[in-house]
Amino acid sequence: MGAAPSTVGTSGTASQGGTVHSLQELRRSASLATKVFVQRDYSDGTTCQFQTKFPPELESRIERQLFEETVKTLNGFYAEAEKIGGSSYLEGCLACATAYFIFLCMETHYEKVLKKISKYIQDQNEKIYAPRGLLLTDPLERGMRVVSSGQQDAGG
Amino acid sequence: MTPGGSSGPMKDCEYSQISTHSSSSPMESPHKKKKSVPKRKWEVFPGRNKFFCNGRIMMARQTGVFYLTLVLILVTSGLFFAFDCPYLSEKITPAIPAIGGILFFFVMGTLLRTSFSDPGVLPRATPDEAADLERQIDIANGSSSGGYRPPPRTKEVIINGQTVKLKYCFTCKIFRPPRASHCSLCDNCVERFDHHCPWVGNCVGKRNYRFFYMFILSLSFLTVFIFAFVITHVILRSQQTGFLNALKDSPARYPFTVVCFFSVWSIVGLSGFHTYLISSNQTTNEDIKGSWSNKRGKENYNPYSYGNIFTNCCAALCGPLSPSLIDRRGFIQPDTPQLAGPSNGITMYGATQSQSNMCDQDQCIQSTKFVLQAAATPLLQSEPSITSEELPLPGKTSISGPCATLTLGQPTPPSSMPNLTSDTGLTDMIPLKEEHEGHQFLTPEEAPSPPGMLPSGSPIAHSHTMHVLSLASQDSLHEDSVRGLVKLSSV
Repeated sequence: MGAAPSTVGTSGTASQGGTVHSLQELRRSASLATKVFVQRDYSDGTTCQFQTKFPPELESRIERQLFEETVKTLNGFYAEAEKIGGSSYLEGCLACATAYFIFLCMETHYEKVLKKISKYIQDQNEKIYAPRGLLLTDPLERGMRVVSSGQQDAGG
Repeated sequence: MTPGGSSGPMKDCEYSQISTHSSSSPMESPHKKKKSVPKRKWEVFPGRNKFFCNGRIMMARQTGVFYLTLVLILVTSGLFFAFDCPYLSEKITPAIPAIGGILFFFVMGTLLRTSFSDPGVLPRATPDEAADLERQIDIANGSSSGGYRPPPRTKEVIINGQTVKLKYCFTCKIFRPPRASHCSLCDNCVERFDHHCPWVGNCVGKRNYRFFYMFILSLSFLTVFIFAFVITHVILRSQQTGFLNALKDSPARYPFTVVCFFSVWSIVGLSGFHTYLISSNQTTNEDIKGSWSNKRGKENYNPYSYGNIFTNCCAALCGPLSPSLIDRRGFIQPDTPQLAGPSNGITMYGATQSQSNMCDQDQCIQSTKFVLQAAATPLLQSEPSITSEELPLPGKTSISGPCATLTLGQPTPPSSMPNLTSDTGLTDMIPLKEEHEGHQFLTPEEAPSPPGMLPSGSPIAHSHTMHVLSLASQDSLHEDSVRGLVKLSSV
């Protein structure tokens, strides 16, 4: 799951706070926006982590700390999804024993965390990013490569 | 649009209403049709894959050997169950066919799972992403790239103390994550690429490696099992009736027994090899290249290994299963704007061409035509007669197929212009198709019209049948002329 570039909606509904509808409008108009991409951080191997370095383009749009905290939380979620421990072994062994047919009815741990992540991103968009005219997109939509923040140059 | 009678004037009103609908229907109905049948993403997937069951099943293009694998397994197992199991279950124990059956189902389950699942394909970069990367690379390189294809781009990353080079994939327009590789057969970048296996008809990568390993492991058990019990059967029978009589029993299956014998060695060997790879946390790709071999240097070690065999095995086989990144069954969002106004430099690259084979030549021709048209537009400002000649050109190409219509509107970005196989925009292009309805009304207003190029009203004066296509292509001509000028200036 790459972080999809967050596009920032430019519509005036941004001030209304996040309803899903307004976020969708933001997404639509966000294609016109310039996008800022936060790339993956591979220093830990192939685990899904994003660079916490603050992109200079967002300097004037959002506080550094808020953005870095968002990325750190996302990193934490992905680390939890990819954690290799007792529960993941159990899940893997059970799946193997059922010739992986169990995946037809059960959701994997990873998928559960992904749902948490998309909820978190939506939440962050509503509370923090949309009021500032920014929109974070879910990395899953972009092949887990980037977290993008879109911002629209023109107002409204 | 109520049918049936009404008063004359009313009828006229209705008829006139209907006529306006019908006159606009060539414009609206294709779009309505397009909108009412939204495409799923697998239908426009840029890689060389085959999809079945409406995107649920994903395989490589060449599946002939996979069917051979299926036939061999099914026939050999079938003959075993038909001819050997009755005798053996009587003579020895009925557990033999039971165990054989379990093994058989496990083999088939893992085989189908390996063959049908997404190996971990990385979706290609969106035009925005690609443009952003190109910008970063140019900044890093410092100078403008010379020639069509600049020297291979690499990025170095330090993973667990080991320097790893990330290569840039020109097809997918991304920096490949570590351990990812581009499969030339499937034309996809695959995460943790192991190898492309023709026997299973798919790539083996991060998401299906465990299924593949389970498949070859269980298949080696199954082949050993079958072979052993066929031999047992022959021996037991020959004790009763003599060796030659035992062989005469069902001679047709002995070719398969021979096949079984040879496959035992190769499959057991393969299982052993992959067991070694798993325990050292390497891929076949890395092993063949000797990426982490000690021969390269004393400091060369595998940064992905967890240190001990047990953890490596558990991580490979029982670790979390990451989801598919390509969202095969998702619908293409018609409202995802891919083509912004030409004023935004980044989104101009949003228009990329589809990789339809039949359009490649057309694209070549059309791009050339657009460049010429763009150069010639100031001359055409006051000549409606010429516009009527120009229009058939877009019309012609649009007749050849929907992709041609799109190619009119979607010239490739300069960096990949000579490469007509830029497929990054495929997924992005289709939304354009579906939003032509909105698009064609927006662009004449949004696009800075080149000096009096094609008066927007003129197509309406022409035949109705070309109304829709010409409007759409006209907008694309607008944009292409702009881009053509840009290209000319950049070249």
